[in-house]
Amino acid sequence: MRARPDLIEHLPRLRRYARALTGDVTRADDLVQDTLERALVKLDLWQPGSDLRAWLFTLMHNLFVNQIRIRRPRETVLEDALDEPVSGGQMEALTARDIHEALARLPEVQREVLLLVGLEQFGYAEAAQVLGVPTGTVMSRLSRARERMRQMLAGEPAIKLKLVK
Amino acid sequence: MTDDVHEHELNAYVDGTLPEARRLEVEAWLAAHPADAARVQAWSDQNQSLHATFDAVLNEPLPLNLVRATLRPALPVPFRAVAALLAMMATGLVGYAIGLNAEQAPAAPVYLARDAAIAHAVFSPESRHPVEVDAAHADHLVAWLSKRVGTQLQAPDFSAQGFDLLGGRLLSGETGPVAQFMYQDRIERRVTLYVRRAVSGNKVTAFRHAAENGVDVFYWIDGDFGYALSGQIGRKAIQQLADAAYSQMIPASGKR
Repeated sequence: MRARPDLIEHLPRLRRYARALTGDVTRADDLVQDTLERALVKLDLWQPGSDLRAWLFTLMHNLFVNQIRIRRPRETVLEDALDEPVSGGQMEALTARDIHEALARLPEVQREVLLLVGLEQFGYAEAAQVLGVPTGTVMSRLSRARERMRQMLAGEPAIKLKLVK
Repeated sequence: MTDDVHEHELNAYVDGTLPEARRLEVEAWLAAHPADAARVQAWSDQNQSLHATFDAVLNEPLPLNLVRATLRPALPVPFRAVAALLAMMATGLVGYAIGLNAEQAPAAPVYLARDAAIAHAVFSPESRHPVEVDAAHADHLVAWLSKRVGTQLQAPDFSAQGFDLLGGRLLSGETGPVAQFMYQDRIERRVTLYVRRAVSGNKVTAFRHAAENGVDVFYWIDGDFGYALSGQIGRKAIQQLADAAYSQMIPASGKR
């Protein structure tokens, strides 16, 4: 009998990524569950010895992309739609809420790259493989994502918080 | 603006993927270009913020439906899991069999070994955030984890075995807070010590060994607490560390 690779040890990281990606506990765990079900069905296609984690993230990416298509059939994903005001002030301590909101406003393709590299510590080539795009695309999306986040995070506290000091 | 240093290289600098020589050049460039340096600092802060916001997910108890989803097989039965349980029961854990049939006894030794192995597999590969509190603040680390776990812990000294304390972190388990200490040797092999409250009734057990997904775990219950040492350095080496940990902890735990 062929040995089954163990999926459970990848569960915590799949959940972390899904949580950051969707910004929603239930939706995230549903995405993880769908990923696991897909993985069990397709396990024969996974090459033993290759990176199981990257393969699982690839499955999750494909499911996530499909969900987006279904949820918002008419909306196009604009990579540079937002132009946020920049406060020019120093970065205040960022709250989890700031991060959640900024991520939510990031185009999905940029959010994925930022999270795979910045949170999940995938290399650029690995992230490219997961997303099915060239490494150069990963680099440019990453660069744009970080700049966009920087602008949003620098801008937000000034707008939302009245500093009481 | 960045004629000499490409934008992509600034990103690679943040991600620590530049070759050493180039990294130094980029560093010099940043010293002379404060605007770029500020951007790079902001990106780096983003990574920290992402971890600060989402790493807690790693410590959450796994939802049972998801755990089951990893097992629901192409095969009719989660064969490996059943085989592993049978093997453990055959090696002397029959007494805990009652704990195996329900989710009610999460800290039964079998679960202790499994959870410790998972926690090891999750955190030991982390290159940038393997621990929450590093060994430079060992006193604080031990005091903090002791307070949260509810017993006077100590981080065993494995220097005689070639392993130095890297630090530790707080996890959550089904019996409450869990302490994880991580050690590393010169060739960056890592082992973790996992400590949590045991289910009442299990007072003392001898050492047990389990192999979970290639991770060797030696575990034991002492008083109200379960201890598990995990690593992928060979069964014998782990056992030596576990012996060392056990003998060092006897005075601290008020061995009965």
